[in-house]
Amino acid sequence: MKKFLWIIIALLVVAMIVGCGQQGAKGKKLNIAFVYVGPIGDAGWTYAHNDGRLAMEELDFVEKTVYVESVPEGAEAVRPITQLAEAGNDIIFTTSFGFMDPTLEVAEKYPDKVFMHCSGYKTSENMGAYFGRMYQAKYLAGIVAGSMSKVGKIGYVAPHPIPEVIRLISAFTLGAQSVNPDAVVHIVWTNSWFDPAKEMDAANSMIELGCDVITQGADSAGPQQAAEKHGVWSLGYDSDMAKFAPKVHLTAPIWHWSVFYNKIAEQVYKGTWESADDWWGIETGLIGLSPYNDAVPQDVRDLVETTKQEIIDKEFHCFNGPIYDQEGTLKVNEDEHLTDEQMLSMDWFVKGVIGSIPKSGE
Amino acid sequence: MSLAVIIVSLLSATIRSGTIVLYSTIGAIFNERSGILNLGIEGMMLMGAFMGFYVALHTSSLFLAILCAAIVGGLMALIHAFITITMRANQVVSGLALTMFGGGLSAYFGKDLVGLTLSAKVMQAIEPVPIPFLNKIPILGDVLFNHNILVYISFAIPFAAWYVLNKTRWGLAIRSSGEEPLSSEIMGIKVIKVRYISTVVGGIFCGIGGAYLSVWYTPLWIQGMTAGRGWITIALVIFSNWNPLIAFGGAYLFGGLEALQLRLQALGFNVPTFLLATIPYLFTLIFLLLITLKGTRSHLPKNLGMPYFRESRE
Repeated sequence: MKKFLWIIIALLVVAMIVGCGQQGAKGKKLNIAFVYVGPIGDAGWTYAHNDGRLAMEELDFVEKTVYVESVPEGAEAVRPITQLAEAGNDIIFTTSFGFMDPTLEVAEKYPDKVFMHCSGYKTSENMGAYFGRMYQAKYLAGIVAGSMSKVGKIGYVAPHPIPEVIRLISAFTLGAQSVNPDAVVHIVWTNSWFDPAKEMDAANSMIELGCDVITQGADSAGPQQAAEKHGVWSLGYDSDMAKFAPKVHLTAPIWHWSVFYNKIAEQVYKGTWESADDWWGIETGLIGLSPYNDAVPQDVRDLVETTKQEIIDKEFHCFNGPIYDQEGTLKVNEDEHLTDEQMLSMDWFVKGVIGSIPKSGE
Repeated sequence: MSLAVIIVSLLSATIRSGTIVLYSTIGAIFNERSGILNLGIEGMMLMGAFMGFYVALHTSSLFLAILCAAIVGGLMALIHAFITITMRANQVVSGLALTMFGGGLSAYFGKDLVGLTLSAKVMQAIEPVPIPFLNKIPILGDVLFNHNILVYISFAIPFAAWYVLNKTRWGLAIRSSGEEPLSSEIMGIKVIKVRYISTVVGGIFCGIGGAYLSVWYTPLWIQGMTAGRGWITIALVIFSNWNPLIAFGGAYLFGGLEALQLRLQALGFNVPTFLLATIPYLFTLIFLLLITLKGTRSHLPKNLGMPYFRESRE
């Protein structure tokens, strides 16, 4: 039902954009379009992408940018993407996993335009894939959380059990354990990207159990509100969530998409763009931590900075062995680390994560 | 952490979360008892949630927030009433359209509210108010008598609704309009007026439920934040056999299952979360089956969903 509603809204927005798009003068400057899975006001994932889009409007060689928000994933997305291509946009960014096949389908029909798809793995002549190594920032956030937790119990509100979420939880846990080897991370799944009420109560349930730091992989600020209310530390995600919990928000692993988007726009403008599968790390500035709470001591900040530098210098990998899974089986040998392929298909938690991964049929 | 503390927190969370749907379920019972099926609840709750948050943000007055949320819920219901009662259009279609309308409109107007937080004054006013002496009762005191004002009000509402429906002339008029509109008209009941009022009252409760969610429960505004609770309401009405007192059970069962599964997970149990989420619907299906079996007394209004033609003789 909800999906149906978004379709209608999306179609209306597309109609408006197409109406506007035809008036736009076609010059050498670039027209750039975005397809978002959520509303730009979600204070999380889509909000961060939209910040990147707004930054592009400042570039000299960008004529204008447009966007369609709350587009449902899957086959329904073909139409808005096609309309944006028809409307004369030179680059089209689609920013959710479920837009992968629709983007590919439309890209084949418009070979002279550039398509960029976020968080997938399919590419073609004129379609690139891109994502960021968020696990690096999550590891750093884990260091902060592990240092600030007195009891060594951290609560993590998790959305859907997909490899990306599992990878981020594991990286966060390893980060926390790097400063407190006994630290554990409790997981509560909400099975939703977005349900503020449920996410808040999920955080409550872990605070009641004695977790004194709360963080999240879900998109809404519900867990932050819960932490602020109970006076336990919290870490946001996607964008700086300090405004929801000014007293207790320590920091948040966040995206700076403008770094990537400006680069792509420049390449396309100069004609040097080539299709690629980009997975940018923390050295590019695409990901990072939001400003700290005053309560975070200097030695913790220094430790985060040192670790960040080691990641950049490739002296350190977040998934360096030895790593054990929850059952205590050695998954990564000493002197080895997980490969990109292993990380991208991760379906197991590291030791110290309390909670299991729901399997299909459960 | 002792078992008693866990149980208290679970039951307390059950009531806090169940209150959201308790309001809307009571509203929907009024709708349906008078013969009007309302599938627009999700949209009405969203409009209430948006309006409540908007007013609380700008006026810092909780009273105004509730009032405006109630009004906007009532207005949405008035549209539904006009379309289905006066124009005699299909109630299902009108309800679905209002859900889309409410969802879209609240998202549009609420765009600038995302990420804003209520003033310190409001945040203090929504804090739980323990009831003196009663809150000292072991376990029960914390579970029942340490809540915010809107939860306390919700304790009384099902009783009041039950009284109105079963013990007053108004209630009789509502019930007979849903059962036998034509006979009711002959007996001197103004069916159209009764249905109009019942529908609007239902919308008012949905609006209040939405405002409780956005102002008291989370408190924040974000589009689509009811996340399907309007649809659960429709199942809960059937589950409670159109009886406001059983609605307590339905709303708290739903709230309790959610609170329970989150807490079991936090304790490290491997719970089948998807299956648990289906239980309210499963009960609803079982109840629907029971209705069709002989001997089960159902309050399903006979003319639910039927347009009423005053002139016709059928």
